[in-house]
Amino acid sequence: MQNYFSLLHLTQQFAIDIKALESNYRKIQSASHPDRFVSASPAEKLQSMQLATSANEAYSVLKNPAGRAKYLLELRGINAIAETNTAMPADFLMQQMAWRERLEEAKAAKDLADLEALASEMQAEAKAIQDELIDLFDVTKNLAKATDETRKLIFIDKVCADIHHAIEQIE
Amino acid sequence: MAYSDKVLDHYENPRNVGSLDKNDPQVGTGMVGAPACGDVMKLMIKVNDNGVIEDAKFKTYGCGSAIASSSLVTEWLKGRTIEEAYAIKNSEIAEELALPPVKIHCSVLAEDAIKAAVADIKAKQAAKEAA
Repeated sequence: MQNYFSLLHLTQQFAIDIKALESNYRKIQSASHPDRFVSASPAEKLQSMQLATSANEAYSVLKNPAGRAKYLLELRGINAIAETNTAMPADFLMQQMAWRERLEEAKAAKDLADLEALASEMQAEAKAIQDELIDLFDVTKNLAKATDETRKLIFIDKVCADIHHAIEQIE
Repeated sequence: MAYSDKVLDHYENPRNVGSLDKNDPQVGTGMVGAPACGDVMKLMIKVNDNGVIEDAKFKTYGCGSAIASSSLVTEWLKGRTIEEAYAIKNSEIAEELALPPVKIHCSVLAEDAIKAAVADIKAKQAAKEAA
C-alpha cells in the first residue's frame, strides 16, 4: 500500500529533506490540476482528484514534525495519542503546568514580551526533541522512547498554538 | 458544541481549585496529561490516619469538560476512603456530567488522576512505614 512517504517519494524516516517534500508535492499538485483534465474521462478526473487530495494530506502531515512522528508510529501500529494512555513523566507534566501558568499570567497581563520569550523557549524545547527523534526513529529505532518523545512534542505544539493565539489576540 | 448545565456550572464555578502542600506526608499528588487535546491535570488529596480523604484540590489546564471532570471529583473525594476513591470509574463521571462521546477522554483523565494520587499517597505511606 502506498503511504504518505512513498506518495511524495521520500524515505520513510523522521529526518526528511524538506526541499524534496516541497518540490515533490508541487509536482503532484501541478500534474493533477483540474485544468489538465478538462477533456479527460470521468474516471480519470476522479483519479486525479483523489491523487491531489492524498498529496494534500500527505504534505500537511509530513511537513509538521509532530505530525510526521505520529504518522511514523501509526505505520508501525502505534497510536501515540491513545486516550487511554494518560501517563506522562511527572517532570514533563510539571513543566507543562509551569508553561501553562506562565502563559495564563502573561495573557492576563497582556505581556507580549513574555509571551514571545515563552514561544521561543518552547521552540527550542521542540527542536531538542526533534533532534532526539531523528536518533530514536532513524538510528537506534527505539519505538517505545520515540512514542514518549512524540507525545511530548504534541503537547508542546498545543502550548505553542495557544501562545500564538494569545499573541494574536493582544496585537 | 453544547455543554450540559452541570459542566457549565463546574466550569464557571470550579470547586476546590488550588494546591495542597506537596511535602506533607498526608498529601498525595496525581498528575496526568492527554496529548490528544493538550490537557494537563493535577489532583492533590489529603488523607488522614484512617485512610479517609479530608481535602482535595485540583488544577487543570484544558477544555470545559476536563475542568468540570476534575472539579466534580474533588467534591466526590472528600469523605471517601482511598479505596473508595480508587474504585471511581470514568463512566460515573461522564454520566454525572452528561459528557458527549468526544469528551469521554476528559473523564478518563480524571479517573487516572485519582488513581495516580492514590498511588502517590500509598507510596508515601509505605516509605514512612519502611523508615
